[in-house]
Parts: sequence; C-alpha cells; structure tokens
Amino acid sequence: MAKLHVKMTINGKEVEALAEPRTLLIHFLREDLKITGPHIGCETSHCGACTVDIDGKSVKSCTVFVGQSNGTDITTVEGLVNPDGSLGVLQEAFKEHHGLQCGYCTPGMITRAHRLLQENPTPTEEEVRFGMAGNLCRCTGYQNIVKSIMAAAPVLAAQKEAAE
Amino acid sequence: MIPGAFEYHRPESVSEATGLLSQLGEEARVLAGGHSLIPMMKLRMAAPEHLVDLQDIAELQDIAVAGNTLTIGAMVTQDRLISDPALTNAVPIIGEAALQIADPQVRYVGTIGGNVANGDPGNDMPGLMQCLGAAFELVGPNGTRSVAAREFYDSAYFSARADDEILTRIMIPVPTNKGYAYEKQKRKIGDYATAAAAVLCGGGQASIAMTNLADTPIWSADAGTALASGDVDGAVAATMAAIDPGDDMRGPVAFKKHVAQVILRRAIARAQSRA
Repeated sequence: MAKLHVKMTINGKEVEALAEPRTLLIHFLREDLKITGPHIGCETSHCGACTVDIDGKSVKSCTVFVGQSNGTDITTVEGLVNPDGSLGVLQEAFKEHHGLQCGYCTPGMITRAHRLLQENPTPTEEEVRFGMAGNLCRCTGYQNIVKSIMAAAPVLAAQKEAAE
Repeated sequence: MIPGAFEYHRPESVSEATGLLSQLGEEARVLAGGHSLIPMMKLRMAAPEHLVDLQDIAELQDIAVAGNTLTIGAMVTQDRLISDPALTNAVPIIGEAALQIADPQVRYVGTIGGNVANGDPGNDMPGLMQCLGAAFELVGPNGTRSVAAREFYDSAYFSARADDEILTRIMIPVPTNKGYAYEKQKRKIGDYATAAAAVLCGGGQASIAMTNLADTPIWSADAGTALASGDVDGAVAATMAAIDPGDDMRGPVAFKKHVAQVILRRAIARAQSRA
C-alpha cells in the first residue's frame, strides 16, 4: 500500500509526514510524532483518554484514521499550556482541586473540558457532567474532575474577556 | 488494535465518489464519520481494501429548509443536528434524539448519513426517520433514486441501498403536528437503546416508531391511527404487537417488552403535553 503524505498543524506547529493509511491518529501522534499526552485507554471509542481537539471539535483519536485528519488543526493536552510553558488554566485547576489520582484519563479530560468551556463558558455542574460523559475515570474521581472544571470556567471566561 | 491495510480515497464530488465505487467494486466501502465502521475494522470484522472518505464533498454538508421539506446532507454530524437553529425550528425532535446518541466526542464526528445507512438496529435515526416519513436519496452508476425510510430496511445491516450506491441526502416533510418526543432507555450514556420511541402527535395526526426492538426499526400505521384518535392504549397495543425483540445482554425478551411499553407511554405523554 502506498503511504499517504499528510500535513497538519499540531499544537501550532506544521507537521508533514508519510503514514500508512491504516494508521490511527492516536498511533500517529504517539508513535510517529512522540506526542504522548493523548493516551490509549480502551481503544474502543469509549473511554476518551485519547481525546484531542480537531478543528474545534473534541474527537477520540483512536477512532480516526490519519488520512481523515489530513489538513486539520489539532490540539493535544501539550498545546494547552501557557505561552511561557507553565500550566494552563485547566491544567492548574486539575492540580489545585485534585482532579486526578492516577492521571491516566487526565489528558483526555482536560482536552475535552477545554472544548466544553469554549462552547459554554459558564456551565452548570449538570452541563459539565453531561458534556464530560464521553470520558471515563477509573479512580472514580469524577467529583473532583467536575470541581476542577467548574473552578477553571470563571478564570478562563475572565481571561477571554480581558483579551477582547 | 490495528485494522487491515487499505487504500484511502478522498473524492471531492458525489460523481467522483460513485465513480470510485464502480471502479473499485465490492472491496470498497464509503467512510462517513467512521464511528461504526472503524471499530469494526479494528476488530477485523470489516476489512475493506478501499475506503472512500466523503468529507470533502461540500454538498453533503448542507442543511436546508425549503417549503415543507427539510433536507439534510448525509455528512451532517449529530452535533450539527443538535445545534442548527433552522433545523431545530423546523423539526425539533431530531435534535432531541441526536442528543441521546453516544457521547459528545462521538456526536462531533458521527453523521446522520452513516447512522441511517448502516442498518444497525441499535441506531436511533432509522426509527426516527420512519416516524417522520422521511425519504433517502441514493446516487449510483444508474442515477439518482429516492427510497422511503419505511421501505429501506430489510434486516439488520441489509437495506435497499446497493453496494455501488451512496446515500447522499435525507428529505423530511416538516411535521404539521406540534407534539413530539424522543424517549430512550439505555444502560448508560453511550449505550444503544434497550428501547427507544419516536412519537409525533397533534392536529388529528400521529406517527409512532420504535428502535432496537426487532432487527429493523418498527413503524406501526395502526399505532399512529389509534393515537391520532386519542386512543393511547390502542396505540401501545398496536406497537407491542409489531415489535419482536431478541434476548441479549440488554435483557430477556419479557424485560424488553416491558421497557418498550414504559418508554412508549412516556414518549406519548410528553408528545401530548407539547401538542
């Protein structure tokens, strides 16, 4: 099989590579590009540990072929840091509010929460729970995950307002 | 989990896509959102040699309300079914149902075309489309034809669509009924329905369809007639006579029949409260 020539923007950087068409985006990110923030949990589109942001949508990267994301703009948890490299608002909130135990689901949780708050900057707790329904945590840490996202929301909203 | 090898194609028009299907033959499959096909490929239960990705075909992304018809392109995602104002205004039951499908990540990618064309009895849109009296546009080497949703499904994964045809558009008559409801019982978010019901009623007309209670969606003309005249028990009885659920991990037959009538009664009550 001929390899595909793919070109995309990942965390603000242009990436060009050759990949087999059957390569799943999560494998392309982790193995070819060594971007290991997105994790492989269930590999069956359930757990959301592999969630990345593609053109403004939260997507489970274990269920996308690399060719499908050709030409897109992708953000992973690595791309959510501040410009100076320090932890971004959501990352800081997860740390502050103990939104993780083992940390395995965390990159997917934070990447999904990022999009959720972009779309709904002032969510209710119920909206956060419904919006995070595609991400599983096996340490049963949902309580603090929701708390972290609720805490990040007003900070992000204020940041956005200041920027406008 | 690594799928089998395939060649990837990304046509930019429907004619280019149907041309590829004709040329590549039965080893080619169309790829929409891929959230049913790719998991099957990872399990090697599907191993197409060619994937024809429809994402660059702009006309398949359109949502249009013209006169009394809502037309939805096959590549419109579940997320857009929830958020599109014109669609929600014309046929609000679609967004209500789409919101009960899978989870946010899957709804950003999963498409209405894939959902109706796949023929999985667990998919929600086929039953809803039967309730609404929708029609599916199919384009193949011999031109374009339209098939009623109520005549599209033969059995699980078998439909009126030929292998070399692409389901391109869904045409939905805007309901005159004010009452609507989509109710779904599932074990957890992301699961398929144990039972789901789509109900339209009001203005002397009604339509009822149910999901995942047979190997095709179940639309019952008798149930609609009964509900139109206000006979709820008659509508439930007619639907229960039409369903044929199987025994599986979602429960034994008796349980599914019980859940089916509970869900249907809830859907009818909510639809009537809006009518």
